[in-house]
Amino acid sequence: MTLCIHDLAVARGGVPVLSGVSFEIAPGAALILRGPNGAGKTTLLRTIAGLQPALSGQIDGADETIAYAGHADGLKAMLSVTENLTFWAQVFGNSDIEPALAAYQLDPLRDRLAGTLSAGQKRRLGLARLMVTGRPVWVLDEPTVSLDADAVAMFASAVTAHLRAGGMALIATHIDLGLNAATYDVAPYRAKADQRSGASDEAFL
Amino acid sequence: MIALLHRDLMLAFRAGGGFGLGLAFFLIVTVLVPFSVGPQSELLSTIAPGVLWLGALLACLLSLDRLLALDFEDGTLDLLATAPLPLEAALSIKALSHWLTTGLPLVLAAPVLGLMLNLAPDGYLWLIASLALGTPALSVIGAFGAALTVGIKRGGLLMSLLVLPLYVPTLIFGAEAARRGAMGLDGTTPLILLAGITLGTIALMPFASAAGLRMTLR
Repeated sequence: MTLCIHDLAVARGGVPVLSGVSFEIAPGAALILRGPNGAGKTTLLRTIAGLQPALSGQIDGADETIAYAGHADGLKAMLSVTENLTFWAQVFGNSDIEPALAAYQLDPLRDRLAGTLSAGQKRRLGLARLMVTGRPVWVLDEPTVSLDADAVAMFASAVTAHLRAGGMALIATHIDLGLNAATYDVAPYRAKADQRSGASDEAFL
Repeated sequence: MIALLHRDLMLAFRAGGGFGLGLAFFLIVTVLVPFSVGPQSELLSTIAPGVLWLGALLACLLSLDRLLALDFEDGTLDLLATAPLPLEAALSIKALSHWLTTGLPLVLAAPVLGLMLNLAPDGYLWLIASLALGTPALSVIGAFGAALTVGIKRGGLLMSLLVLPLYVPTLIFGAEAARRGAMGLDGTTPLILLAGITLGTIALMPFASAAGLRMTLR
């Protein structure tokens, strides 16, 4: 099973931001997305995760395989670390949260309420959620925001372990994670300004 | 699905969860009505079923804001939308937990508050039955309104405007059943119509809510 993106065009707020995006991710491989702010990385990831429709193009291999992590971690401030993680594990039909707690060194924090964690600890918990989903494709949007160097290393080793187990990862990031992964720059695929969707006045311009 | 219900209920009962918000509002409305209308027990017992139903409806409306907005703000909705659980099921569960934390307490509190409004003795059973049958529809329709307005900052006013017209049939038949019961008449017909509305909304509204939510999550 591979994730195949073919000639994909995506739009944010009705304005096309990227077009002609094509790549493939094979099992065990990762792809790092790069591009300046506002290039459409988040929009592309949300489209691949199925949160918004594509303007055109094909996404194959994304049905029920994607674990998405965006800017927000989806944590409940009034639930403890284990309660938050157990909830997501149950939603995805799993029950074992111990490997995820261990990978991000959350064991000492397990009974703390998520609302009392620091920003970096929250992010670690949000990333630990990926491990309990059991999904093969991780689609990550700026996963290292607010992480310190140690936590970035934890994240990198979690991704490496996931890849070694046959998983895939698509990561939008600005920093070097030290992963052995291909890089895909979205900047050349910026959509032309005249390709507005549903623009009816094209003929008059 | 059980996990989502369990989490929502747990959150509702923890600090800041909003459990009791609707109940407190219901209590305040019904306690204040005798003060504003005056202590004529005849008049109070005439308006009691209507006031109780209106209070319950507004109490439901008050807590709808929280139904999806909190999950939207912390990103949970995005993650739920990519989870194996269909959005329709997730929203049905959300409506169910809203009913359990808001509607059900209102049903249980209504007889006590009926006493304060001098509700006729015959009316209690009809009042409880009509509220028990009608409040689930309020939660399910409310989930629809919440799904349509969740992305909008401070969309509470818009949601009220969207939801209130949809609440009208429930209010009419619910209050009518309670009123007839209190007058010693047979309230079966409005009660059956009320049950029909509730069952219809439970069956159809989750699909509309999920479609609306997919639009707002874009």
